[in-house]
This record gives sequence, structure tokens and C-alpha cells, in this order.
Amino acid sequence: MKEIRLHGRGGQGAVTAASILAVAGFADGKFTQAFPTFGVERRGAPVTAFVRIDDKFIRRRDEVYNPDILLVLDSSLFKVVDVTGGAKKGALVIINTTGKPEDYKLPGFDVKCIDATKEAFAVLGRDIVNTAMLGAFAAYTGLVRKDAIHGAVKEQFSSDLADKNIKLVDQVYEKAKN
Amino acid sequence: MEASHAISEAVKMIKPDVIAAYPITPQTHIVERLSEYVANGEIGAEYIRVESEFAAISACLGAEATGVRAYTSTSSQGLALMFEVLFIVSGMRLPIGMTVVNRALSAPINIWNDHQDSMSCRDSGWLQLYAETAQECFDLTVMQYKISENKDVLLPSMVGLDGFTLSHVYEPFFIPEQKEIDDFLPEYVPTHAILEPEQPLTLGPIGFPSHYMELRKTQVDAMEGSLKVIEKVFKEYSEKFPAQIKGTRPETYYHIEEYKMDDAQVAFVAIGSVCGSIKDVIDVLRSKGEKVGLVKIVTYRPFPMEALKKSLKNVKKIAVVEKALSPGANGPVFEEICSLLFEAKSDAEVRNFIVGLGGRDVKLDHIQKIFDMAKKGAGKKQEWMF
Repeated sequence: MKEIRLHGRGGQGAVTAASILAVAGFADGKFTQAFPTFGVERRGAPVTAFVRIDDKFIRRRDEVYNPDILLVLDSSLFKVVDVTGGAKKGALVIINTTGKPEDYKLPGFDVKCIDATKEAFAVLGRDIVNTAMLGAFAAYTGLVRKDAIHGAVKEQFSSDLADKNIKLVDQVYEKAKN
Repeated sequence: MEASHAISEAVKMIKPDVIAAYPITPQTHIVERLSEYVANGEIGAEYIRVESEFAAISACLGAEATGVRAYTSTSSQGLALMFEVLFIVSGMRLPIGMTVVNRALSAPINIWNDHQDSMSCRDSGWLQLYAETAQECFDLTVMQYKISENKDVLLPSMVGLDGFTLSHVYEPFFIPEQKEIDDFLPEYVPTHAILEPEQPLTLGPIGFPSHYMELRKTQVDAMEGSLKVIEKVFKEYSEKFPAQIKGTRPETYYHIEEYKMDDAQVAFVAIGSVCGSIKDVIDVLRSKGEKVGLVKIVTYRPFPMEALKKSLKNVKKIAVVEKALSPGANGPVFEEICSLLFEAKSDAEVRNFIVGLGGRDVKLDHIQKIFDMAKKGAGKKQEWMF
């Protein structure tokens, strides 16, 4: 089983990203489970969401305490919450940032940096980075195919918005691959 | 799809005539999705957006009294606000179907999961069934109408699912074809409650001391008799719709689900989605040679005494894991388990573990600790797992 924890801020779409990932993973033939932690729902407040991916139905219902993968939608969260708390040794940490892995001083983790905000602004005209980060997720992990993410994005959004988000997924995917 | 949407799908497929709901907190995605279905014509139901939960259940009562199928859904304070009407609905023998997304009661203000809301309504004369997974949410919602509307039952029913912990979880489940659901659950044909101008009728009139007890007794008899009906409906559904995704539901639905109970010396007894985590911990304990199992309670009202007695017959230590409490006494499920074990002359050691109140996460560590404490025995009767 792979456990994924998403860290974002209210309004960035972390909860939606988790559900898209779950739908995509299921379409890819895996069993998935996604759920958020609900707090006081304010724009900008730290938000956490969880995804589990396995080859059989996932029964456990506890939160993810020891993630294999961290998807960080907002790098300023490092100052506010213990983003890597409980993460497995060698966990993959994907950060939306203009910085470099060494800036984050996270020894023992496999840190990848991607400027998803820039790409989101270019394609969507605003800084909602959830689908961009899923492009990076597909590229860095290979756990879910990019096509499956396309499908799940189409289920989530109306056609215009879906097309833009698919374009964004592709752009970030390519950037992360190279 | 989210578990709350599994309920919406099921409600769509059972074709209710009236849906009444209050749309503000503590409401869930269930009726949000249903209102979309009504708006775009996918459901032919009358959707009544009411001003409170008291009005929601009252509207359902009025609708059901004219002989149509009614549905509502609520949570926590919303259910508490319905409390008065719950007894009127069951006393009038109106087979309304309701979903209770189980959430804590205030104060302090809390929107998260536990079972205090529906457990407070256990004596209201409604059938209570509890789901562990999205699949069970779907299946139990379809089955609750078949059970409630049975002419030997005619009692309202609530299906409970854990708020957030299950309601907001995306997970896979299987949806049968509409025509198969129609075949399983035909249109509701009322027999006793049909308000019509051409045929005047009084429903829910005064019951003088000379009659009240007899009427209550028929209600209690119907509740007891419903055990057999539930069993039959569970079996029929399980055969008509065989399990498609392993692990998402029992192969054959029954009042209880036994997990690795064959040779169990230590048993968990629990309700709802926490059973999934307990099953995972049991697998680990079994791999270490521990003889441990789980009895999941699906039917809580009527209480399946005989099924539980049989299942717990040879068990030495029992951990009743509850997300509810009764201040000044032990948890409601614990008391009932003790009572049936007394009747069965069992010498098992039973302990009450209070978990997950107000949405406190129930970690696998908690469950492991509960097992250790239950196995060791001789501790406090009631333990709180903070």
C-alpha cells in the first residue's frame, strides 16, 4: 500500500486533488481511498488530505500518519505545520516552489521541486495548483498514469475547465519529466 | 465516489415520491446531490426545502401518511431537533426511510463523527442499521425500504454511516442496474396510511389509557418480528446482487458480520466504519498467532440478541468498542452485550472501550492497545482511548 498526504491551503484544491487522484487510480485498476481532514474551512488555512493506493480494497479508516509520498501545494506551509512529520524514511516530497531541493534541508527524503504556480497562472490565469501538482505526481511517482488523471479531471470539471486543466497536467508532467 | 454519494445514488434508484431536507449544517452532500437530480429531472420526486429538521421529518410524515415513499437525511443536532417527531412517525407506523450521517452532539460545538446522535434515538421505535463501507451505504439504503414497507413491519428505519470518516471518503462501490433495483423494490403500495379526500381517515389520534399499551405492544411485536424480515431481505438482496468488490461488504448480509470468529478467544464488538481498521489489526494479530475476531453489529434495532449470543458463545474476553456513551452508566452497546451474556450464562470478561468521540481519529495503535488490555483483563470496566 502507498500512502499519500497532501498539504495545501484552503482554496488551492488539495481536497479535490485527493479525490481526482483516487478516481484516477481506480480507473488505472488499483484500489484507492481518499479523504480530507475537516477543520474550520477558511481560504488560506492549512488543509490536509489523504490518499491510499493498494491492490486490494482498503479497509482501514485512520488518517495517514506515515506517508510514502508528500504532495506540498504551498511551500510556505513548512513554516506553519510539520509537513514531513511521521513520513517514512526516504519518502518522496513533491513541493510547489521556485526553490531547489537543497533549500528545504530535508535529509533522508527524496525532494522534488516544481513551480506549479507559474504553470497554473500561465494556463488557468490563477494560482489553483491542484491539477498541476497531479501532473508532477504522475511524472515523479509513475503510480498513476497521466491518461487516468485526464479522465478523472474530465469527471471533476465542466468541459472548458477540464480542457485547461488537462493542458496544465500535461505541461507540468513534461516539465517534471525533463 | 464519496460514500455520501453512494446514498444519493441509492435514493435516486429507489424512486422516492417526496424528499424533504434542511440544507444547512449539519447537512451533508447526500441531499445536495439529490436536489441536483430533482432539478435536472433524473428523479421525479417532490423536493421540499424546509426551514428546519423538525419540518423535514414532519413533511416526510405528512407525505408518507398519504401513502407515498418519503426520504430524508440528517446528522447530529438535526436529528436531535427531529426527536419529538421520530416517536410520532413510528407510533403511526409510517415506513419512512432516513439516513443519519453520524456526528457528535454539542456542546462544545463539534461537527465530526461519533454515534451519540442516533444512539440517543435508539428507543424511538425506528429500525437502525449501520454501514461500514460505501457499498454497505448503498445496499442498506435500498434494503431499508424493502424492510420498512413490509406489511408485517411498517416501521420507519434509519441507516447510520460515520460522518467524514465514511461520508466524505472516496472509495469504490458497485451500483446495480435500475431495472434490477425496480425488480427488488417495486413501487410502494400503502395498506394502512392513505389520506385521501374521498375516503376520510384519521391518523395518529388520541390513545386513551385504555388503548395506549395495546398499541405500543403491537409496535414492539412488529419490531421483534422485523428481525426475521430483515434476515430474509438481507438474504434476498445478497443473492440477487452478489458482492462484486471483495472486502466492500459481507458475501451474505446478516444482522451481524463475523470476522475470523471461528476459534476466537478474544472478540471485538463494534459498529460502523471503525470495523475496517479493526479487521486490519486482527489480520496482524492473527499472523502472530492470536485467536482474535470481530463481531460487527449491522442491525442495532431490533437488537439481534440470539445472533450475538451464538457468535460470542465461546469467547473468553470481549472488548466492546463504542463511539457513544451514556453519562452515569456504561456505553449503550456494552450494557446490551452484558445483558445478553448474563442471559446466556457466559463467564466472559467484557470491557467497554470508548473511542472516536467528536471525530477523534481511531488509530490502529488504539485498537492494538484495546486488544492488549482486553486480553490481559482485570482492568477498569470502562476505558477511554484518547
